[in-house]
Amino acid sequence: MTLAANRIVAGEGVATWNLATAPVTVPGIVAVLAGLTLGMSAARTRLRLSGAVLGLAGLLWLLIQGAPALLEGAGDYARVSPAMGFWCLLVVLMLLMADALAALRPDPLQRGALLALVLAALGAVLWSGALSDLSVLKEYAGRRDAFLTEFIRHLGLAFGSLAVAAVIGFPLGLLCHRRVQLRGATLPVLSFLQTIPSLAMFGLMIPILGWVGDTVPGAQAVGIAGIGFAPAFLALVLYSLLPVVGNTVAGLASAPAAAIEAARGMGMTPGQRLWRVELPLGLPIILTGLRIVLVQNIGLAVIAGLIGGGGFGTFVFQGLNQTATDLILLGALPTVVLALAAAILMDILVDLTRPARKETT
Amino acid sequence: MIEIDRITKIYDGETAVDDVSMTVETGTITVIVGTSGSGKTTLLRMINRLEEPTSGEVRINGESTLSVKPHILRRRIGYAIQGHGLFPHHSVARNIAAVPDLLNWPRDKIRARVDELLTLFSMEPAQFRDRFPSELSGGQQQRVGVARALASRPDLLLMDEPFGALDPIIRTRAQEDLRRIQQKLRSTIMLVTHDMEEAMRLGDRVAVMDGGRLVQHGTPAEIITRPATDFVANMVGDVERPLRLLSLIPVTEVMEEGAAEGAALTTRASLRDALSACLWTRRVEVPVERDGVRVGRVTLDAILARVGSHA
Repeated sequence: MTLAANRIVAGEGVATWNLATAPVTVPGIVAVLAGLTLGMSAARTRLRLSGAVLGLAGLLWLLIQGAPALLEGAGDYARVSPAMGFWCLLVVLMLLMADALAALRPDPLQRGALLALVLAALGAVLWSGALSDLSVLKEYAGRRDAFLTEFIRHLGLAFGSLAVAAVIGFPLGLLCHRRVQLRGATLPVLSFLQTIPSLAMFGLMIPILGWVGDTVPGAQAVGIAGIGFAPAFLALVLYSLLPVVGNTVAGLASAPAAAIEAARGMGMTPGQRLWRVELPLGLPIILTGLRIVLVQNIGLAVIAGLIGGGGFGTFVFQGLNQTATDLILLGALPTVVLALAAAILMDILVDLTRPARKETT
Repeated sequence: MIEIDRITKIYDGETAVDDVSMTVETGTITVIVGTSGSGKTTLLRMINRLEEPTSGEVRINGESTLSVKPHILRRRIGYAIQGHGLFPHHSVARNIAAVPDLLNWPRDKIRARVDELLTLFSMEPAQFRDRFPSELSGGQQQRVGVARALASRPDLLLMDEPFGALDPIIRTRAQEDLRRIQQKLRSTIMLVTHDMEEAMRLGDRVAVMDGGRLVQHGTPAEIITRPATDFVANMVGDVERPLRLLSLIPVTEVMEEGAAEGAALTTRASLRDALSACLWTRRVEVPVERDGVRVGRVTLDAILARVGSHA
């Protein structure tokens, strides 16, 4: 744990055992150690899983108990944050848990339930206020309304750009699949777009959309301007096109040649071939493309904060400007959680559409 | 009746099929044999217009195939290919129902047809209906592929090396099945293969293709005894010609009155089986029986005389 005099200065490390009195710290430390030991057993997956959960519970206990204890008598502006040791242990224990879960091979529905359970647990801990003494949450407390607005903004950026990219990308991918020349022209252009560094891309949008906003009548009225939501949105859409189009083409091409030949030979029209054979067989690959886009956009949308696009990036860049690490975390941690949750959800969806899964077809 | 009338296909100046004409009688199997590049597959694919002929036309029961849209035409013509081409995401029943589905047959009629075909191909409907192609053996997949091609009772069944991917034992069985089912349904079949043995076994008529041209079209016996060109003779195999011919002739044709020693052949056996039995057991005559009762014998002299009459 670190204790700092205020939100800006670097904190001072405090070892776990000095956090509070022994009766408080010992159970936590023991739980973490026991959890790690259990987690090492390679053979027994369930044991590893319970070890990871026990360890995480221990960490949480120390966090809940330690923060108020440290703050006591440290002054009104004092801030407490988890230090390096906490983050390292958190990562190790999460890895253990993920590995154990992967070894258990839960089916898609179980995975969905598990995700809901973890998110609910996380929400409950935050809601209960047990951690409200932590610096990150103090930053949150000061920006409760802004957080909600930016959260919705962030979702709007990530999902909205995904939807637009899908609406443009599917037909484009379809055309590319049918016409080889078009594929040859389209994919390199989209690949080139993908190679533009994200910061440069957002920067490039400023003059282009600024010009559009100034010259096209009515453009500014619908919010098109050099900075703000529109350029950020457009940049995300451009980044999304390659995975959507590329995976649509790959997905449609993944149907076995013999099946396509048979479909033609039995008298299916091109449209019937697409709907009955190519699309169902390509769906997992196409959805994988959407998954890539969604996770990528949730991350990239942070940079939108730089050009006034809103989203969690706003906190990150405010925090950077003020050298307030915890404000950066307030922007970064929800982004990570969002991206992880989206990735897991999309994976479940991809699994459900796989033709190998007999029950669903 | 299928009439192929002076049909030609030219790709980029290269003639793949050169002015081929032939007539296929309803209810028969015609096998098109040739080496790769002989144009046999192109010829087959021009019949359901997967390839458009450069010139010439095909008539099915007097009606030109050019008079209907290709996809409508193809729904009337069964098509089975090497490697079966089953839809991996559909159950066996849905695969077989593919064409009736395109033709909007009512559900219960489709269901009855699927069960009928599965039974015909010796696959228990209750057991196989809901399986997926990946859960079947190679031979079963191939049978479902042929069942799918037959599902809508097409005027004509086209088969492009349908047994090419099967191992020899399953292949022989698939050929026997096809013969049995064809005789039962009286379907008209055109089948492409590079295997002369298969052509002899299945074909009522055999058409030999070489370099895009139809070099001979006749019964298997004609092809063996009077090959039109050196190429045909080569395809038949000079050394194996007498054996191939013998395998086409049933023992009943040269059977005579009288008894003989040793194990008996059935009346369904060919002269090739009879010769084989003579050689293997050092006999000059073999008894023949029908339903377990001895009805006569076949002598080595009779076999020699029968082959010699064609030499």
